[in-house]
Amino acid sequence: MPDIHRTALANGLQVMLKEIHTAPIISSWVWYRVGSRDEPSGRTGISHWVEHMQFKGTPQFPASILDKVIAREGGISNAFTYLDWTTYFETMPGDKIELALRLEADRMVNSTFDPEEVASERTVVISEREGNENEPLFLLGEAVQAAAFRVHPYHHEIIGDLADLKTMSRDDLYAHYRCYYVPDNAVLSLAGDFETEAILARIRELFEPIPAGPTPPRQARPEPPMRGEHRLSLEGPGETTYLQLAYRAPAGSDPNFFPLTVLDSLLAGPSSLNMFGGGGISNKTSRLYRTLVEKELAVAVGSSAITTVDPFLYTFTITVHPQRKAEEVLSAFDDEVKRIQDETVSAEEIDRAIKQARALFAYGSENISNQAFWLGHAEMFATYDWFLGYLDKLAAVTSAEVRHAAQSILRPQNRVVGIYIPTGVEVGHE
Amino acid sequence: MSKTKSVKHNYVSLTTYHAAPPSSSSLPGPDDIYRAQFPNGITLLSRANFNSPSVVISGYIQAGSLFDTDEKLGLADFTALALMRGSAQRDLQQIYDALESCGASLSFSAGLHTASFSGRSLAEDLSLLLNTLAEVLRQPAFPAEQIEKLRAQLLTGLAIRAQNTADMAALTFDQIVFANHPYGRPEDGYPETIQAIRRQDLVNFHRRFYGPRGMVIALVGAVEPQAAMEQVQRALADWDNPDQPDSPPLPPLTPLQETVTRRVNIPGKFQSDLVIGTFGPARRDPEYLPTSLGNSVLGQFGWMGRIGDAVREKSGLAYYAYSSLNAGIGPGSWEISAGVNPDNVTKASDLIRREVSRFIEKGVSAEELSDSQANFVGRLPLSMESNAGVAGALLNIERFDLGLDYYRRFADLVRAVTPEDVLQAARKYFHSERLAIAIAGP
Repeated sequence: MPDIHRTALANGLQVMLKEIHTAPIISSWVWYRVGSRDEPSGRTGISHWVEHMQFKGTPQFPASILDKVIAREGGISNAFTYLDWTTYFETMPGDKIELALRLEADRMVNSTFDPEEVASERTVVISEREGNENEPLFLLGEAVQAAAFRVHPYHHEIIGDLADLKTMSRDDLYAHYRCYYVPDNAVLSLAGDFETEAILARIRELFEPIPAGPTPPRQARPEPPMRGEHRLSLEGPGETTYLQLAYRAPAGSDPNFFPLTVLDSLLAGPSSLNMFGGGGISNKTSRLYRTLVEKELAVAVGSSAITTVDPFLYTFTITVHPQRKAEEVLSAFDDEVKRIQDETVSAEEIDRAIKQARALFAYGSENISNQAFWLGHAEMFATYDWFLGYLDKLAAVTSAEVRHAAQSILRPQNRVVGIYIPTGVEVGHE
Repeated sequence: MSKTKSVKHNYVSLTTYHAAPPSSSSLPGPDDIYRAQFPNGITLLSRANFNSPSVVISGYIQAGSLFDTDEKLGLADFTALALMRGSAQRDLQQIYDALESCGASLSFSAGLHTASFSGRSLAEDLSLLLNTLAEVLRQPAFPAEQIEKLRAQLLTGLAIRAQNTADMAALTFDQIVFANHPYGRPEDGYPETIQAIRRQDLVNFHRRFYGPRGMVIALVGAVEPQAAMEQVQRALADWDNPDQPDSPPLPPLTPLQETVTRRVNIPGKFQSDLVIGTFGPARRDPEYLPTSLGNSVLGQFGWMGRIGDAVREKSGLAYYAYSSLNAGIGPGSWEISAGVNPDNVTKASDLIRREVSRFIEKGVSAEELSDSQANFVGRLPLSMESNAGVAGALLNIERFDLGLDYYRRFADLVRAVTPEDVLQAARKYFHSERLAIAIAGP
């Protein structure tokens, strides 16, 4: 694995660089430690909306050209807002990366937040939310997440609540931007075809003049433990019943996250950690597929265990077989969970999970954007060492730890059960 | 908002930090694509990439939904999806256990002309991947209970499709543009056609249409092409199906004579999807590149081109509003899609139609075209970053007979397109009064 260069600029901006000379491409990511967990009630969705406004221009790069400059040079760019972080990336022909760096340094401080643009983007974000609401699984996920967190701001969806999207002001957005978009709250990660010394000098020229700000506050209202199962149901159009089970799970940097990863691999199949490149693999030999899908209780089962700053959720999403009831599925699910809690998992099963993880890792390393992604992303919930040590940490997981993870996490008292009940269809053509 | 024109070009003088200038050698070409044809009709294209210890295969067989009857539409797709559910040698759990234990994957699906497969593994497991491919292609067992499980999954998928406003708008759009043409039929069928399919139909479809003639495999990754060729040869060179038929000829497409609008009512939804467009060129038509560049200006470049600018940026009506061009063996489609609040359907539709009219009348400016040309040329190496990206490029070369040097010539081909070429292409396909409009929503 190529060497990593890490440094911090005088203003606190953390820089992570990884030279990869396999293709004439550079991928650059700026990460801010701000996400939906930094939003008080009344301003839910503000981090995501601020991310949208970062494409609306600065005096130097007005909106009318901001959307074109990267594309014109053959680059791709986008941004993502998540629970704990917001990130902006450009992947470009290597000789054009200067442009991405200048643009990101500029919009770290100089975005205009023009009131007319704010007004226009308000309806765009509301439209984005309405598109999400068309999906039963969005509606169910939102309800389950809200039931799982009463105190912690992981309570609400990243897109935010309609009430807040309608009422937040330009000044709210701008204040959020100025508070969190400071170099000492950010990580710049680059991977690709560059010489470290030269590019670092240019990064210093562009980013070091940006003044550090006061350390932004992070909301930290820890969620008390659950003291019993929460159940909820939701009704909506369609013919398909969905069942979701969300268990409170360890944070990404918690050593218990690794046994959970192995457990998840055995129960629902290995998950790809890669946001870019190297999609996942099938899960037809996983325990839950065999129990639920092969036995015709469900038509699909999937899971997600994600790396968050604070403890979040380990979630199973099950598409119920059209001839079955959600309660039957739940009962079979619980039997399968009991089996992994009571029996010892063989060393072979764990070895298999390790090999799967190794393959998924290799697929991810084909792609330079994905490598730059991980340089920064790991810093958002742990450090890059987490990523470097990932395979070794998984390999060290014992069957006792897997069993303990199953026993401590997969308790009914530690979960929310959500059911989407379809109310049927009436489709007409005009 | 200030719009300072002068800053537009202030980034032309750039310092360069990359180690080596981008060279065409990062793109596949005759000197690094290995191409072999076996006597039974299989073509292999391979390119080595030792940057990661992984490998991908992808390819197709001449067994698409064109062979489906209307009554059993979805049979080609059903057959492709059922291949992995059991073979003469192994059952589903055994097949997937071998693959998943290695973190490998292999899957099938059917399109109009071909059934496709794609798989990936660590390079050390390539032979497992190829042997599995050969086994399920040549000796699928179609176990009865697995067929029923799969049927329930397919029917659930169709029930979900019927509730998806974007899917239903796209499906309805195809039905309008390709009326009385096989391209107007969804490859995954309808609930009643999936119900009508018997196990024996799958067995017959496989026996008749699956064979090596016209099969193409692209193999990219950490393996020497010669070794790849030998492994493919061992797995598939003795496959034979003497009765394999030619693809049925495509009937001519009758273009719309007037604008046709169709609505699908899906109660209880929060957003409507609309698709507006027309038919487009085939991939091999000379108009393909001018159309593709025109499409970029219309609804792709930057943040979804002129359509994105009009519908999203200026009016705030939609989160997504873009145009796309689908070009394949036969006539393609050229369509504009948007998701909007149900109250804004007419407003968005009017804005889109206005942009279409402007596009047909005035075409694109030299500056707009050169932006999109630079984008097409510049992003090419990015699309070849991963093994899957290169495999896709190799399949395009073979499927559309583009020539092994196509991606090396691509920049010149793109730069040769003029604004007049784009205008002609726009006028050939788009007519303001002959549009297909599909709307799905509450």
